[in-house]
Amino acid sequence: MEVISADGICFAYGSEPVLEGVDLHVEAGEFVALVGPNGSGKSTLVRILVGLLTPNAGTVQVFGETPRKLTDRARLGYVPQRPQIAGALPATVSEIVAAGRVARRGWWRRPRRADRDAIDAAIDAVALGDLRRRPIGELSGGQQQRVLIAKALAAEPEVLVLDEPIAGVDAESQRLFRDALVHVVRDRGGAVVLVSHELGAVAEDLDRVVVLKRTVQFDGPPSELAATGVSLGIHQEDLPLWLETLR
Amino acid sequence: MSLPLPYPFDRDYMQLALAAGLVVAACAPLIGAFLVEKQLSLLGDGLGHLAFAGVAVGLLLAYSPLWSALVVTVLGALALEYLRARGKASGDLVLALFFYGGIAAGAVIASRATAEGQSVNVLPYLFGSILTVTPNDVWLVVGLGAIIVVSVAVTGRALFAIVVDEESARVSGLPVNLLNGLLVVLAAITIVAATQVVGTLLVAALMVLPVASGRLLARSFRSTVLVAIGVGIFSVIFGLAAGRIWALAPGGAIVLVAGAVFALTAATTGLRRGSIAAILAGPGH
Repeated sequence: MEVISADGICFAYGSEPVLEGVDLHVEAGEFVALVGPNGSGKSTLVRILVGLLTPNAGTVQVFGETPRKLTDRARLGYVPQRPQIAGALPATVSEIVAAGRVARRGWWRRPRRADRDAIDAAIDAVALGDLRRRPIGELSGGQQQRVLIAKALAAEPEVLVLDEPIAGVDAESQRLFRDALVHVVRDRGGAVVLVSHELGAVAEDLDRVVVLKRTVQFDGPPSELAATGVSLGIHQEDLPLWLETLR
Repeated sequence: MSLPLPYPFDRDYMQLALAAGLVVAACAPLIGAFLVEKQLSLLGDGLGHLAFAGVAVGLLLAYSPLWSALVVTVLGALALEYLRARGKASGDLVLALFFYGGIAAGAVIASRATAEGQSVNVLPYLFGSILTVTPNDVWLVVGLGAIIVVSVAVTGRALFAIVVDEESARVSGLPVNLLNGLLVVLAAITIVAATQVVGTLLVAALMVLPVASGRLLARSFRSTVLVAIGVGIFSVIFGLAAGRIWALAPGGAIVLVAGAVFALTAATTGLRRGSIAAILAGPGH
């Protein structure tokens, strides 16, 4: 089943075109990485996919509906590039993760047992169970990023869109992050669209890599990308270096 | 009918003041906690200046200044949120417009009321007149307080989700614009409820200072709100008592107590953690 369908997407900031005729289709159970050099339009594309921006041309459908008119928006999870969460926010891990469940249960309703279970499961999925009562400001950068992943997971989304969620986090957090995303795709049959320069942690789990630079430069399985001599891992000709040559 | 309370709360007027003050002390930090974390700490000030213009309208029309303040402040709050959310102007620029526009409009309208021969004294509205509240005033404050408490009980979790991350809250389907609008309307209601307690110029202090103390002492958002309410109640009780005992302006005394609690809290937690500057850094730092 196709969960995301984007055809002929064009977008410009003022007179500066960012996306031109971009097509992207994602099936349920697919793990898709969206990569490209800085300024290639990745974040713009995902913001269009989740309904935060409206394209100048082209059509987008999520679960067969336009993103802004999606009937059950809690089916769509989103972790933004620079989340506005502040380290100084006086809130615990549990409180932050619970905030991700509010829309799923109905924002005016009090949390029920199923909501509390989903929140606990999301916290456990990113291995922060021991820190659930800890203020977010006392966590490392990698742990804070995992809290944000858990917040998105708490809504039990069927499609999860993440914009550079692991930039600069430690190896242990990257491994736990990978486990959480694989759980969404393989165990729950959800779809994940991941924007990241650092695909080493998830390289073996990806179904497709989409390389974007205003238009789609490549769309296929990682093995096909590897056949061109580009590695997703840490090699001399690894993805980030190759992306720089696309500038 | 007086309650058997000890000095300095043994007189009727002090008990009415205490009742109104306690309601405001509980409600102001309840709304202020969300405003502070959204980095809108000065919103209360902007709305307070608008409330002054609303008071002046009431004085000019010889109508209840508090009700006219309520109408003007709620409408102004919605306009302010509209301009901020649509990016028509930066947040601090919008606040500055309301700061100066509100106080200037208030001064001009009040001067018209004076020119038309009405006896106009704006000082009680600027700096509070808690010792002159009537039982009807207390009921009005209690009614406004009930609206605030019930609204936060229903929408608090969604408002917190917006505080944590407005974009993902929007994507998840929360009615972000509606809830942001509701928050500024609740802030406007709080301002009007607190006008007689501390006045339009000082009202924002009760929304911000107790929350600033709560942020230093608590480890969760929920406990931050509860500590802030506790600090607000402490400030009202000791500010009112100090006002009666030493013949001080009670509105100012209440705010000074809240400020002193924050200074003391910042100093002690700063000494414990080694950096007052780091503690004073607000959200986002």
